[in-house]
Amino acid sequence: MSQKEIFERADEVMALFRRGAEFTKELLEQNRDLRRRLMETQSRQSDAALDHGDWEKLRQELLSQIQGLESERQDVMERLEALEDENRQFATRYLEIEEENNALANLYVASYQLHSTLELPEVLKIIIEIVINLIGAEIFAVYVLDEKTNALQPVASEGAPLSDIPMESLGSGLVGHAVAAGETNCLDPGGAVDWERPIVSIPLRLDERTIGAIAIFKLLAQKEQFTPLDHELFTLLAGHAATAIFASQLFGQSERKLHTIQGFIDLLTK
Amino acid sequence: MERRHRILIVEDSPTMRQLLVFALKRLRNTDITEAQDGMDGLRKVTSDDYDLALIDINMPVMDGLKLISLIRDEEALKDIPIVVITTEGAKEDRERALALGANEYLTKPIQANKVLQVAKGLLKIEG
Repeated sequence: MSQKEIFERADEVMALFRRGAEFTKELLEQNRDLRRRLMETQSRQSDAALDHGDWEKLRQELLSQIQGLESERQDVMERLEALEDENRQFATRYLEIEEENNALANLYVASYQLHSTLELPEVLKIIIEIVINLIGAEIFAVYVLDEKTNALQPVASEGAPLSDIPMESLGSGLVGHAVAAGETNCLDPGGAVDWERPIVSIPLRLDERTIGAIAIFKLLAQKEQFTPLDHELFTLLAGHAATAIFASQLFGQSERKLHTIQGFIDLLTK
Repeated sequence: MERRHRILIVEDSPTMRQLLVFALKRLRNTDITEAQDGMDGLRKVTSDDYDLALIDINMPVMDGLKLISLIRDEEALKDIPIVVITTEGAKEDRERALALGANEYLTKPIQANKVLQVAKGLLKIEG
């Protein structure tokens, strides 16, 4: 190694030392600065701790804020509870309206269908559809009153042949009594079929005129009990089925008379 | 624009059809078609696209179970959701209908709310 090279290496080492010294100096200055800041903070904290009035004032302010927030929270909770209560009332009312809406739809459909025809067989078919589909009966019969004999003659049935359904008479038996009294008779829907004891006897009346009756002997297996809507339907059938049957009977009679008169006219004019 | 739902009601009783229409009309964007027996139902279901079919079991000409099996055998129709509406409440009747491919089984007398709830579920209508 030449002398020149040795001097160059020595300069490099010296430069390194100088940089190290500068860095150490910077670190020492930073350290001093940090110590000074720490001392200032400790001093401020000690002053605040010594001033009891400031602490109390601060504490009171905080307590007052907490009280305010607590009262606000209480108010919000009360309003929330009131809203929830109102919400529950709305939900209950909504369900009630839904139920009423459904009931009205059932009643509307029943009356609409009952008055959609003037043919007696069609009217009887519609009565049967209503009793099956809207009430949920499995075995039942429709009777029409013979005014000359006061007999209630079964004219349509479902779930059992018409021949199995006994004839009733006005004023006797459950059906006859219900018709004579003009009031629907309703028993417990359970139990076996008893032709003498229908679970529902609905008189079909038009003002004071008795038209017939509907007797239900058995409900569908899935129908366990009557609902308020069923009772509405019994009332609707009592009036509207009676009107529909009576109107169709009158229509049938007038049709027959018309044919007879037409026959006479044809005979006379030939 | 919101998509319209097409519903087919296959039921021989006009009373029941009217009642079902009343219930289903409460769903928004719904077009309802009525068929009066199984054969009429088959004609309509094959001639148009439906999102839901409500089918009665006891019907003249062709009963509901036959109609369901024909629908399920047809590639283009096999995914239509089907709701059976019937007076038959026995467990075996329900199982038979579900085995044939019905999605839901409702017994008469029907509750309009229940019909709506089932229809909404099958049509994937929220709310």
